[in-house]
Amino acid sequence: MNKPVRRIAIFCGLLVFALLLRDNWLQFVQADELKDHEHNRRVLIARYSQPRGNIIVDGRAITGSVETDSTDFKYKRTYKNGEMWAPVTGYASQVYGSNQIENLEDKILTGDDDRLFFNRTVDMFTGKERKGGDVITTLNPKAQEAAFKGLGDKRGAVAAIDPRTGKILALASTPSYDPSTIAGGTDKDEDAWKALDKKNNPDDPMLNRALRQTYPPGSTFKVVTAAAALEDGKYGSVDEPTDSPLPWTLPDTRVQLKNEGSIPCKNASLRVALQWSCNTVFGKISADLGNKKMQEQAEKFGFNEEVFTPVRADASIYPKDNRPQNAMAGIGQASNRATPLQMAMVAAAIANDGELMEPYMVDKLRAPNLSIIEQHEPKPMGEPISSDTAHKLQDIMETVVEKGTGQNARIPGVTVGGKTGTAQHGVANSKNPYAWFISYAKGDNGSPVAVAVVIEGSDTTRDDIAGGKLAAPIARSVMKAVLDSEK
Amino acid sequence: MSSSTTTTTTISTVGPPSRRNTELALLVFAVIIPVFAYANVGLALSDELPSGLLNYGLGLGFMAAVGHIIVRKFAPYADPLLLPLATLLNGLGLVLIWRLDQSKRLARTAVAQNGEFIASAPRQLMYSAIGIALFVAVLLMLKDHRRLQRYTYISMAGALVLLLLPLVPGLGMNVFGAKIWIRVAGFSIQPGEFAKIVIAIFFAGYLMVKRDALALASRRFMGLYLPRGRDLGPILVVWAMSILILVFETDLGTSLLFFGMFVVMLYVATERTSWIVFGLLMAAGGAAVVGSVEPHVNVRVMAWLHPFAVYDDPRPSWAETDQIAQAMMAFGSGGTMGTGLGQGNSDLIGFAANSDFILATVGEELGLGGTMAILLIYALIVERGVRTALAARDPFGKLLAVGMSAAFAIQVFVVAGGVMGLIPLTGMTMPFMANGGSSVIANWALIAVLIRISDTARRPAPAPAPNPDAEMTQVVRP
Repeated sequence: MNKPVRRIAIFCGLLVFALLLRDNWLQFVQADELKDHEHNRRVLIARYSQPRGNIIVDGRAITGSVETDSTDFKYKRTYKNGEMWAPVTGYASQVYGSNQIENLEDKILTGDDDRLFFNRTVDMFTGKERKGGDVITTLNPKAQEAAFKGLGDKRGAVAAIDPRTGKILALASTPSYDPSTIAGGTDKDEDAWKALDKKNNPDDPMLNRALRQTYPPGSTFKVVTAAAALEDGKYGSVDEPTDSPLPWTLPDTRVQLKNEGSIPCKNASLRVALQWSCNTVFGKISADLGNKKMQEQAEKFGFNEEVFTPVRADASIYPKDNRPQNAMAGIGQASNRATPLQMAMVAAAIANDGELMEPYMVDKLRAPNLSIIEQHEPKPMGEPISSDTAHKLQDIMETVVEKGTGQNARIPGVTVGGKTGTAQHGVANSKNPYAWFISYAKGDNGSPVAVAVVIEGSDTTRDDIAGGKLAAPIARSVMKAVLDSEK
Repeated sequence: MSSSTTTTTTISTVGPPSRRNTELALLVFAVIIPVFAYANVGLALSDELPSGLLNYGLGLGFMAAVGHIIVRKFAPYADPLLLPLATLLNGLGLVLIWRLDQSKRLARTAVAQNGEFIASAPRQLMYSAIGIALFVAVLLMLKDHRRLQRYTYISMAGALVLLLLPLVPGLGMNVFGAKIWIRVAGFSIQPGEFAKIVIAIFFAGYLMVKRDALALASRRFMGLYLPRGRDLGPILVVWAMSILILVFETDLGTSLLFFGMFVVMLYVATERTSWIVFGLLMAAGGAAVVGSVEPHVNVRVMAWLHPFAVYDDPRPSWAETDQIAQAMMAFGSGGTMGTGLGQGNSDLIGFAANSDFILATVGEELGLGGTMAILLIYALIVERGVRTALAARDPFGKLLAVGMSAAFAIQVFVVAGGVMGLIPLTGMTMPFMANGGSSVIANWALIAVLIRISDTARRPAPAPAPNPDAEMTQVVRP
């Protein structure tokens, strides 16, 4: 009977061997996949088992962590002035995950990043509680405050950039939300989360309008059209009269393009046309240049591509289009759309003498021991226009602020260039228009700030002044805040 | 004449070494390792040594000592590994259960479900003590395992009664879909665990008598030897009944266990490979029938194939629990080195974390290394059991030892394989480690029987009686 017993022994051995193989498969081959599985709660538990690193603006943390008595999560995220900073930080919730910087720099903030390995090891041996690293942003608290307060209870967004480096100085979006209210796992947090949901809240407060919402750019796009005309060599000087009949009919149609009010647009120079925001002049320029050239110029400014700051900004659009649509796109009233960040980039490239810097808002990543583990270097993104064209555009944009539609953005003793915009939208332009303003301010050593402001659905007058009336003062206070802190 | 007989004996009565001191040394380790593990958990959870450390160490040490003394006295030639291995597993199991007792998450779930939370470790310690007591009782009362042959048919009846008990109204309990428990005087008992041993005794006794008939008195049919019905009949009836009962009780793991044990013992008894073929055919047939009749099985198979489907949106109707997904994530999170005792989150598995799924805690907190070590400890127990079967001199002992060892191996395979997602989950307990009184007690009894068989097997042959003829030739003088 021993022969079958030996065979049974082999059989039992095979059973154990199968278990060992399976164990190796689970705990060695598949381990990482299972460890980081989206439903593996340990990821969250680990994330909140120690104070999270902070997001820092101008040396001060705009986030924090508090200890809670939850079973799973020892610490909870808190936000200082959360509503104002939400478009920058995003949220980190024990239940609902995280987004934006909180998500993108999660490994640094939790201390999980490979570059923090040494720190972790030292902490492990010295028995210190593990800590996350910090994310140091480029934002300017004064400018952010000016933007957020300026928007007030209106729906809108502000993006401000330092044209010389691409640093994002302000990124505001209203209505906003306080990420603290959804950071925990209580019923209250759940209610807050539900209340913030787009389905329950038409204001969609969690939408980051500065980066993720594209609007018809309206007349602010005329700056891009002017840039295309100058780059093309269509006009040698901004004071040379353009070939602009009035009235002017859209190509291939019998529709006449109108101007807002009776403004001097017939054969107006680029300066005068921008000063008074002539639709006929820029519509015709766009039509004359053609869709391809307009699209190319727009793309040089960054259209048709997503921007990573590192938080992703939606791509602004300048599409391939037919002739009448392309002519309308030249005045920002067709199928072209732009994010506030994109329009700030346009203003910044002009202010920076034609060179467009890549916008970014994470300046440094800092280990818990305060050593810098990553420093962002400003990167040029391209040169959408020559410096000559840039100077010409600056010249006429400054005219707009001095004696055109953008006078509300004037700052005494400072050179400011800008462009207003009022974008119609809705079926047959039935809805309240978007008020736009893009501008830059100039100091002694170049321009420290370019800004784009958009306000949705304002019920003020529907003329082109709206941009100047509503958006320009916000842009002005943001620029002023930056200039003040420059001193 | 007596003086001359002693001087002329040529065969030494000094047999193979008894290895009792080896067993004692191993037992020391088997107690120290869990004590260290216990201290480790305490330090990890609350930065201090657990208050029960001394009592636990003394308790486990006392149980090991009692076991050892009894073996030394009443089974001196027994296999030296079985007792230490079982003690180690039992001790580690207690630590793991105590560790899961500390989980706030499980306590909260228990309060939500039953209104109160009862720590499992103290009960498990008590059951372990009862298990050791049974171990001692078996070794004291069962002087020779061959005596069990007398109870072949009583065992048959006993096994069937044990298996039927949970179906008795008022006595049986339905817990999470399986009717395999009975409640007696406030204690819940799983009769199936005991039936495992009793049915092995019946199989061994019956097969020992009928093995020749089964192996030889058969007709050849299509290359296979078919036995006569009257030889196979009773065993087939018992097996079929036990399977049917278990299917009604929806205890699939135990059905598989009985079936495997049955095939193994039949094969060993008859030495005919055709039994394996029969076994596999019957298993396939049984699986097909059960799979189509019993919705419970279908659910288990689906859950095995798609462990993470429970998180899908919309959730499939058959996905009832995320236990398997949680267990797999526990294993994955443990990785190669493990998180360290007390530092994992295997309690996310839920209420079964300390019973069916206790291996997942090993996986997460002790890692790949620790899990493989535990699996190898089980493998060693099986190996010592099979070795006992090889060494046993009587066919009954051989059959009993190999049957119980194979049953043990199959049980470990079914549980661990289910928890690790290798096979569908069938809901059995990891012997010695899982929380559950019946399992611990029954497995201590099983070890006791194995120790008894190995003692008989390794006992040196008694000194041959002096040959009267030799004496005669020596004393004759002219």
